[in-house]
Amino acid sequence: MNQVITERLQARFPASVRGSEEFRNDLTVTVRTADLPAVAQFLKDDPTLAFDMLIDIVGVDRFREAERFEVNYTLYSLEHKKYLRLKVLVNEEDPTVPTLTGVWPGANWHERETFDMFGIKFAGHPDLRRLYMPEEFEYFPLRKDFPLMGIPDSLPLPRR
Amino acid sequence: MSARTSEESKKSQILAALEDQDTTVTMGDPLENDMVLNMGPQHPATHGVLRLLVRLDGETVKAVVPELGYLHRGYEKIAENSGYHEFIPHTDRLDYLSPLSNNVAYVLAVEKLLGTEVPERAQYIRVLCCEMARIASHLVATGSMAMDVGALTVLLWTFREREKLLDIYDVLCGARFTTSYARIGGLQQDWTPQCTEMLDHFLGEFPQDLEEVEQLLRANRIFIDRCEDVGYISREDAIGLGLTGPILRAAGVPRDLRRDSPYLVYNALDFEVITLSESDALARFYVRLAEMKESAKILRQALDRMPAGPIHAHEPKKVLPRKDRVYTRMEELIHDFMLINTGINPPVGEIYQGTESSKGELGFTIVSDGTGHPWRMKIRSPSMTNLSALPLMLKGGMISDIVAVIGSVDPVMGEADK
Amino acid sequence: MALETLQRDGFLTARLDDVINWARKNSLWPMPMGISCCAIEMMATASPRFDISRFGSEVMRFTPRQCDVIIVAGTVTYKMAKVVRKIYDQMPDPKWVISMGACASSGGMFRSYSVVQGIDQFLPVDVFVAGCPPRPENLLHALIELQRKVAMERTVGSLIRREPLYLPERPGEKSGAAT
Repeated sequence: MNQVITERLQARFPASVRGSEEFRNDLTVTVRTADLPAVAQFLKDDPTLAFDMLIDIVGVDRFREAERFEVNYTLYSLEHKKYLRLKVLVNEEDPTVPTLTGVWPGANWHERETFDMFGIKFAGHPDLRRLYMPEEFEYFPLRKDFPLMGIPDSLPLPRR
Repeated sequence: MSARTSEESKKSQILAALEDQDTTVTMGDPLENDMVLNMGPQHPATHGVLRLLVRLDGETVKAVVPELGYLHRGYEKIAENSGYHEFIPHTDRLDYLSPLSNNVAYVLAVEKLLGTEVPERAQYIRVLCCEMARIASHLVATGSMAMDVGALTVLLWTFREREKLLDIYDVLCGARFTTSYARIGGLQQDWTPQCTEMLDHFLGEFPQDLEEVEQLLRANRIFIDRCEDVGYISREDAIGLGLTGPILRAAGVPRDLRRDSPYLVYNALDFEVITLSESDALARFYVRLAEMKESAKILRQALDRMPAGPIHAHEPKKVLPRKDRVYTRMEELIHDFMLINTGINPPVGEIYQGTESSKGELGFTIVSDGTGHPWRMKIRSPSMTNLSALPLMLKGGMISDIVAVIGSVDPVMGEADK
Repeated sequence: MALETLQRDGFLTARLDDVINWARKNSLWPMPMGISCCAIEMMATASPRFDISRFGSEVMRFTPRQCDVIIVAGTVTYKMAKVVRKIYDQMPDPKWVISMGACASSGGMFRSYSVVQGIDQFLPVDVFVAGCPPRPENLLHALIELQRKVAMERTVGSLIRREPLYLPERPGEKSGAAT
């Protein structure tokens, strides 16, 4: 089934697909950030692929100079019972990715979490605010340059 | 303030209410507008620290905004700074009602990364652990939902059943509650004949006790009236939002990872996937009750079929050796030293492994860079996704439906907030 | 002996402080601030097997206005600390605090950016309970320790002299400013 997915994607979006790899039977396809909504809609609507569930959105900080962040979308097809990981790479200067809330409504909270933890903005998101940390928190905790114990006095504590 | 439109000022008032002030949101004429009620993080019926901001028109709910993060402990950052073995006790505290199934889910993900296969006896014991954890978690879910709706007795009876399971955990894992039982490549210690006897005894009494609990509620008019047609979500919405677990199965989608992408030895066991189609709070309640009976069936089959044999995979460079050999033999001592100090060093790559836990699909995405710490570990928590359905489910209902719906969604905040 | 005098004379004498403390310690109504996993063990303590109601604490009121002791059970994050402090401030005097579990006492196994490393940074704690989570018997032992602490208080003398409450070091010992 991995073969079928890669072939159909290559055939339909030859310019957008940047690469694909397979590890322990998991298929990961990297696409260009600008073409992400079109690819996602195709993956959902095409009857041989039919990826109708968005399971998870994972942001990763690769800590490299160019294209520091990556955003992975874990998709699942109810009919074919298959997982797929869709990956886009994002720069540090302007970390923006088009939103997928139009394709899968469940992307709403997952994108908010990725914004909260990494600072990646999702263009077109209806309500992009923090999910876990308080609204006035200024940093992005899961970036590699944020220390584990946090920054002193970044979160207020009530007086004794 | 007068320069903004009234819509903008209403939106900023809601956002200001989210900043944990007292619930006085003053508007022009207080009797003309809707009320914003704060079901704050400390509340008897919110199943943990969940904050709900509810906009009410009289007693009808017009909109709900859940706010999470009151139990955000930074698991993913902790995972990046600890070894693969060190993270196992942390997984207990994720879905703290069924800690054994979280242990097994995490260990399965790491083993997928390593490419290790554990022996069959260990797989059967892991199945027993997962199903016992599912029963324990569903007992609390059933009891809490009934207690929230008003039937206090049910909670006390289900806790009595849960105590029997916790006794089995005590003998098997050494701890009642936060067990940390699974290890990478095997288990902590073997299943003993005493455990078989206790589980046999439990399985003998459990169907009768569950029947007693069900008898209290099955024809109870108050319970049915409070839970029927409450918290409805359509099949398309459920799939689009990514809901999993009993909520999806009560909406008519027969998805169960134990059947669809089987892991451990589930493809050799015989059980049914319970699916109902009404998709209201009562349907979810019945799905959980039926799943407990199916789990009892699986436990009986696994207990009868469990083979004898080793419980650790034979891979000395990746799996921790037995402690008695570490103290007496040289190779095991060196392996133990290297594994604890430098870590298990899996190959570079990323995987996702999902399992069917009692709340839904619990999955771990692990990105490995070849060292002893994961580069990134993401926990796909079912409770967080299930909570995102609350605004849809509660719209148009009454205030008193809120507690019934939250009880039927059964969130666990340790998992939702990570 | 007290019962004989009661039978013979129809009354018995005791120190007023002892009577007040006896009433207080045998009816400590807890405010269960159940935040995470320790909350489940607290519910198990209230369940029929371990039965906290034999100590007078069955009434777990969820409104702080009616409670004596707040049991902080679970990891307290910075976001939650404001809420816990607010609930504590809403409780009427006299009030005590039990810090249940490793997370509430010291941050526990979560040494990270969002967890308060111990609630004694913003609450005055009376009894710390170790364990992750503490077994229900451990929580009951903590309740008994708190009862012993309550029994040692001296309130009447301070009310008359309008001094703040204080606790003696060892049972029976009078502190400096007393009498």
